[in-house]
Amino acid sequence: MASSDVKLIGAWASPFVMRPRIALNLKSVPYEFLQETFGSKSELLLKSNPVHKKIPVLLHADKPVCESNIIVEYIDDTWSSSGPSILPSDPYDRAMARFWAAYIDEKWFVALRSFLKAGGEEEKKAVIAQLEEGNAFLEKAFIDCSKGKPFFNGDNIGYLDIALGCFLAWLRVTELAVSHKILDEAKTPSLSKWAENFCNDPAVKPVMPETAKLAEFAKKIFS
Amino acid sequence: MADKVILLDFWPSPFGVRARIALREKGVEFEYREENLRDKSPLLLQMNPVHKKIPVLIHNGKPVCESMNVVQYIDEVWSDKNPILPSDPYQRAQARFWVDFVDTKLYEPADKIWQTKGEEQETAKKEYIEALKILESELGDKPYFGGDTFGFVDIAMTGYYSWFEASEKLANFSIEPECPTLMASAKRCLQRESVVKSLHDSEKILAFAYKIRKIYCV
Repeated sequence: MASSDVKLIGAWASPFVMRPRIALNLKSVPYEFLQETFGSKSELLLKSNPVHKKIPVLLHADKPVCESNIIVEYIDDTWSSSGPSILPSDPYDRAMARFWAAYIDEKWFVALRSFLKAGGEEEKKAVIAQLEEGNAFLEKAFIDCSKGKPFFNGDNIGYLDIALGCFLAWLRVTELAVSHKILDEAKTPSLSKWAENFCNDPAVKPVMPETAKLAEFAKKIFS
Repeated sequence: MADKVILLDFWPSPFGVRARIALREKGVEFEYREENLRDKSPLLLQMNPVHKKIPVLIHNGKPVCESMNVVQYIDEVWSDKNPILPSDPYQRAQARFWVDFVDTKLYEPADKIWQTKGEEQETAKKEYIEALKILESELGDKPYFGGDTFGFVDIAMTGYYSWFEASEKLANFSIEPECPTLMASAKRCLQRESVVKSLHDSEKILAFAYKIRKIYCV
């Protein structure tokens, strides 16, 4: 039986930390949010994640689970009888969700992050091309996975929605900073509609940072 | 309806071998198709348009890509025998964590060991051994990462175990003195029937590695 002793080590601005927070909300699991101070790492974090020393870390009855998407699967596995399923039930759909989540972290987010750091026009053009290719892939993936429903996971948000949706606030901050629309309704209409629906989900709203607050934070850390 | 399973693969690939092992662990009949990575087939490009890489498992016409994703899929579809992932949620999370570690910390140094020389190669060797030592510490005194049974992390590692000898000879170093218990587990894995049937002998892999090194002008 699942213990109610759940803690999450994280930070409000981290999109990776948002993932388990959304999952815990979906499962209605109460938890203590232990916020790290930007620029330093607590003893508890270093002890709980000695390999990577990174957030988020879920502590369930003091046992640590690390890596955001792995934590989301753990939450789905552990509180399986509570709330909607986060992973799809069909093995093929699960394989698709995991494939795209990995793509998002390894390619799409890497491109998004490099946009903020991009120097000259040439570099910016290259990043824009990468992101547009990625968005086109994700638009098709959305159509394939959602099968006409509002989310990648169908009627309710799930693993892949969370894997991508957690970056939406940072995406908006980046768009403002570089004066370029990255998620364009004209080019990716389904994905744009999905983004709106995702941000309005009750499990997401309480943990999605406000764009203005995040933009201010971004200025501070990138200066 | 009989299952049609095709594996698009490349014989020396440490990633392709993972899929082969998983299919054999489950006793799944499959058609192996060798890809020429310098002239990729239209089928590969169609089935993996995002990465254009092997392995690709095609199950009844539908593709699954990324080696450990393929292994998880195989485990979930053919769930009646030889479980690859543990059933306990916490143990599953640990297995996934360590597979993520294997693929993020071993991949680059392993590649650099046979693609570079001099300082760069020395640095790669150090990073590779450091990562292997962390894995050895996680293994502890268990026969396999999966405990008493060969599992998810062991399958991930076997891809790298199959290249140990080639890496050691290419870069003139020895893993066993640094990681004796990991090597003992590696030998156990390399003797497993599903692994023996899925691997080409180390001489062939070494010859291939030397050929590749020439192409990289090293």
